[in-house]
Amino acid sequence: MELTGSQILLESLKLEGVDTVFGYPGGAVINIYDDLYESSIKHVLTRHEQAAVHAADGYARCTGKVGVAIATSGPGATNTVTGIATAYMDSIPMVIITGQVPTPLIGNDAFQEADMCGITRPCTKHNYLVADIRDLARIIKEAFYIARTGRPGPVLIDLPKDIQVKSHKFNYPDKVSLRGYKPTYSGNIRQIEKAAKMVLSARKPVLYVGGGITLSAADDELLKLVEQTKIPVTTTLMAMAAFPQRHPLALGMLGMHGTFYANMSVTECDLLIAVGARFDDRVTGRIDSFAEKAKIIHVDIDPTSIGKNVEVDLPIVGDLKDTLGKLSGCLNQKPELLEDLVEATEEWRSAIGEWKERHPMTYRPSKSVIKPQFVIEKVSEMTDEDAIITTEVGQHQMWAAQFFAFRRPKTFLTSGGLGTMGFGLPAALGAQVAYPERQVIDISGDGSFQMNSQELATLVQYQLPVKIVILNNNYLGMVRQWQQMFFEKRYSQTVMELPIDFIKLAEAYGATGLQATKVDEVEATIKLALETPGPVLMNFKVSREENVLPMVPAGKAIHEMVLAS
Amino acid sequence: MKHTISVLVENEFGVLSRISGLFSGRGFNIESLSVAPTMETDLSRMTLVTRGDDRVLEQITKQLNKLISTIKVVDFTGGEYIERELALIKVSTDAESRAEALRIVDIFRAKVIDVTPKSYTIEITGAPAKINGILELLRPMGIKEVVRSGPVVIGRGAKGVVG
Repeated sequence: MELTGSQILLESLKLEGVDTVFGYPGGAVINIYDDLYESSIKHVLTRHEQAAVHAADGYARCTGKVGVAIATSGPGATNTVTGIATAYMDSIPMVIITGQVPTPLIGNDAFQEADMCGITRPCTKHNYLVADIRDLARIIKEAFYIARTGRPGPVLIDLPKDIQVKSHKFNYPDKVSLRGYKPTYSGNIRQIEKAAKMVLSARKPVLYVGGGITLSAADDELLKLVEQTKIPVTTTLMAMAAFPQRHPLALGMLGMHGTFYANMSVTECDLLIAVGARFDDRVTGRIDSFAEKAKIIHVDIDPTSIGKNVEVDLPIVGDLKDTLGKLSGCLNQKPELLEDLVEATEEWRSAIGEWKERHPMTYRPSKSVIKPQFVIEKVSEMTDEDAIITTEVGQHQMWAAQFFAFRRPKTFLTSGGLGTMGFGLPAALGAQVAYPERQVIDISGDGSFQMNSQELATLVQYQLPVKIVILNNNYLGMVRQWQQMFFEKRYSQTVMELPIDFIKLAEAYGATGLQATKVDEVEATIKLALETPGPVLMNFKVSREENVLPMVPAGKAIHEMVLAS
Repeated sequence: MKHTISVLVENEFGVLSRISGLFSGRGFNIESLSVAPTMETDLSRMTLVTRGDDRVLEQITKQLNKLISTIKVVDFTGGEYIERELALIKVSTDAESRAEALRIVDIFRAKVIDVTPKSYTIEITGAPAKINGILELLRPMGIKEVVRSGPVVIGRGAKGVVG
């Protein structure tokens, strides 16, 4: 049977198991939208193309499925770029479909034309311009395959309008054959055996866990390895929810705003086992003193991540689920040595315990002014640590990572690599679409929130009961903090002079707006919000010049932390 | 250190910009680059010359391999290989220098491929050092234009890289 290009697209999406897409219509995708009109695929209309991509990203992060977004050519397509770059930096599987001007017009500076393959080449895992309808089904098949396999990432398909209209026999391929793309899943067993040896002879080992653990769904394997070896675990921002933060061996986050004890552990350890992490500069601080006493094992599915920023002693390329499983297996074969390890590392764990006691992750509580950390702690408690949390970027994001006691995988959706303000609200929207029954909360600041606040309309239209926590300090807090600490309090353009009436803003969209200005209003506000159906915005007027601590100043080693203001 | 890398890629739309974009985006340098289709029309071979220490080169080869369109990456440096470059050189000549120019061409086993009363155009192939050599000798006569292809390389011995 012959189908049009846009029909081929939608049929292919269905065969890929896609039931929900996020998008925004326009001239160059009008045929796709015409076919969506009667399609079984659910389309969520955001109020900005950037938000459509973030929503698909949030959907992907909490489900593990490939997120799909659609935008029109030109400005619609260029609006997706921040969303695509966000997903690329955090390795999120996505397929983005952009309309393009008809093939004969490409390159003519036609109305709403932009060279999307050119623009997105550095921020996609791969991209395609469909030049021939005969290639369309194969390209879609490849795009999904590339997006979800290996180190996942966004793939863009630029689909010219005339290809959407042309007809061709629809034949969805069963298999992909990409001779240049064969990711290594199975970790080399010899290397893994060496790793087991290194683990067994370590006296001060630390696991440094990144977002790869979530992407590989290897949370159970990690927990098993930790239980087996009693090796303490520090997690990056991307992996906070991948390991239960109340676990006695959890050290919390490491790096620039990491815990004292995580940073000290990494500095003092004799074996660093890096899994699915990439030694990002926000994690390592001054690179030459990062884990300088340690031998390093680095497990990652992406060979380019290994040896990029630090030299490693033992590289293992492979999927974490496979590799950690095999490592546990190797260790199990030597039960006595494993017992010795646990015994021999007891001293190390108690040293860490002392660091933990000396400088726990804490803040100075207040009775007169709402502390932002207090709000996060309350949200954590009152949601039973079971909510899906999204964040924007800035101080509130770091506090969320520090003070929310995550305990379930895929419940912390945050822009770690690119650091995109305006990510959290649309990502929450996407997560709520994926899980209508679960509690989804966007933790935000007053600055970030205004970068995509138009998505309140989407929440109301689809009655998505996302709860929004604004930690409002009338500042661009993180930049202000830097200005305070390193620029003699010269608050250049970080004071948000105009106080926004967020309650009215919420109400203008038809959402509920709540506000707390006093400490004793915090709990009641959260409780009311959680009980109120539909989207609710909570505006917490928090202590204005609160700082995120500890902090490793740029260029310092991670044990050189500022612990108090 | 200088490295000569051969990259076998899908002969498709935009592949050259994927490679060159990777180099510019990650701050790697390209000294020269030559591209042409292989015996299999859906494959192209790129030969590129770059510089960097071991860690940079490791990243370059890994990043090249990571591109979906890349099929094979071979760094010839340190191995046995033959390197050849083509250069076309337009040199000014007058009655006095013409004979000398021809002698130089002869010594380098080059060829004169175009002649005017005021110039010779010379074709030469060889390792880049040889081309640098002839340019050095022709320079005093006045070089009007040089077009160099950038080197291409092939491994020594019976074994071939498919494509």
